[in-house]
Amino acid sequence: MAVIEQSPPVVAQRPSPTGPKRGLRKYWHLYAAISPFYLIFLGFGLFPVGFSLYLSFHRWDGLGSMEWAGLSQYQYLLTDSDFWNSIGNTIIIWALATFPMIFLAMITAVMLNSAVRFKNLYRFAYFLPNVTSVVAIAIVFGSIFSTNFGMVNAILNAVGIDQIAWLNTPWGIKVTIAALMTWQWTGYNAIIFLAGLQTVPSELYEAARMDGAGPVQTFFKITLPLLRPTLLFVLVVSTVTGLQSFSEPQVLLQTSSNDSTFAGGPGHSGQTMVLYFFQQTFDNNDFGYGAAVAWGIFLVVVLFSIINWRLVQRRGD
Amino acid sequence: MASIKGSRRRGLALHLPLIIGTLISAFPFYWAVIMSTHSSSEIFSYPPKLLPGTHFLENVRNLFDAIDFFGSMWNSLLVATSVTFLVLLFDSLAAFVFAKFEFPGKNALFGLLMVIFMVPAQLSVIPQFVIMAKIGWIGSMTALIVPAAANAFGIFWMRQYMKTAIHDELLDASKLDGANFLRQYWHVALPVVRPGLAFLGIFTFMGQWNDFAWPLISLTNPDNVTLQVALSQLNGTHGTTDYGIVMTGALLALIPLLIVFAIGAKQIIGDLAKGAVRG
Repeated sequence: MAVIEQSPPVVAQRPSPTGPKRGLRKYWHLYAAISPFYLIFLGFGLFPVGFSLYLSFHRWDGLGSMEWAGLSQYQYLLTDSDFWNSIGNTIIIWALATFPMIFLAMITAVMLNSAVRFKNLYRFAYFLPNVTSVVAIAIVFGSIFSTNFGMVNAILNAVGIDQIAWLNTPWGIKVTIAALMTWQWTGYNAIIFLAGLQTVPSELYEAARMDGAGPVQTFFKITLPLLRPTLLFVLVVSTVTGLQSFSEPQVLLQTSSNDSTFAGGPGHSGQTMVLYFFQQTFDNNDFGYGAAVAWGIFLVVVLFSIINWRLVQRRGD
Repeated sequence: MASIKGSRRRGLALHLPLIIGTLISAFPFYWAVIMSTHSSSEIFSYPPKLLPGTHFLENVRNLFDAIDFFGSMWNSLLVATSVTFLVLLFDSLAAFVFAKFEFPGKNALFGLLMVIFMVPAQLSVIPQFVIMAKIGWIGSMTALIVPAAANAFGIFWMRQYMKTAIHDELLDASKLDGANFLRQYWHVALPVVRPGLAFLGIFTFMGQWNDFAWPLISLTNPDNVTLQVALSQLNGTHGTTDYGIVMTGALLALIPLLIVFAIGAKQIIGDLAKGAVRG
């Protein structure tokens, strides 16, 4: 964050003791060309991040005057069972969505890589869920998983299983949210895996076949090791986006709890970290605590990404 | 595995799961179509309907009565188009500079850009809200457009693209002809990177069109919102009462995006994959 102090656009506005004036005249158009991003960042990025840090050491309802709170917001955060509950929910939903998604995406990619016919058609079909708006599709999923008239329970009924109150039970809620995420991201990741697969030289597969390796053996001995960089990419992206999920649980559960549209359903069992952040900030008007929650989320996401990174990197190398 | 000559059974074993996957991908869209053609009492009856009904036009009429559908769609279009235009301009200009020119402080500035890339959105939500309230942008589309007008991802992505796509000899030649920076940008760089711009443009448009959390918070006037927020209002107030209307809204909101995707699908799928493997 100290870097910005030395950045040329700032320097360019006041005479600088170190930079020769001729240089600025020579390069001004280049600085001008990159300035929009940095100006926007200063106003809506750097200042906000600094301000939210400042805010997290205060008590503020957004209207009155700020009150110094020291570390008390963070102390409270550490003992706040609702926050821990939301961390638990987020990680469970993330795991329920991510592992099936990566597994299915990889299988799909391997199949697409060998199916020559209709490949483009399949790619189009699998990518489609990803371009749809989360709000619209969450509404659709809400009705597919509806207890009384949903498709999922109708299928369960047809095979003799009792209907499940998907959006009213702690696990049902998590499974529904995870199902939505899996549906939306499997095809996207399959296409990324497919691109990774296409960089694997076909001679390798030829050689494996000559040695009498079956498809399963080939997958684990050749495909998987060569896909590791792509797997890492997919895992990191799903971690960063999955741990910050908001729209899916918000739209699915906004009407099913009485206290807040950000409550995440009965018993807060679908309340993710970001939902909790919105509830504290905008429903309770607790801007200071909200800022502390935001930093807590940031920390969780960073820690979790590092752990994931380590796990994938270490295995095999 | 590369060749699947002969063996019809093998082809079937391969295509069967792929077709099932396609059906699962498509089912929610089909379900939305079916639901939007039924009245709410039909929807609430058992077993679930799997064939189209006759209430579509009625649902559309009720939808237009319930929310300002075209007003909010216009807002979404306005935001998504303005942001896309600004992002393409600002990001490609900055990317051109980072890809092809040397100047003091370049590495530090680019490093900063990469750090910014990783800062999560929630950290700036509260202050951004406070700033917008102070300058009076809360409740207006400006609050959505300005902060999104340039982004680190686009600059980074375009820079990678421009590094290889624009040849230095072309730039040198144009310089000898007396072209200044803007001319080089407009006449040499932009024509070459048009496919990259298309990818970034479509991606930006779809992202803005689908954006939900920030519009939900910052558009405080319930009568002047984007389509996604209007949909969520519809779901909130009618959610348990009239699914036919809600579904019709969801379906109609999906259509513009499906059109954009159908036009740009090749570009999106191809370039996304390229970027991921390179990265």
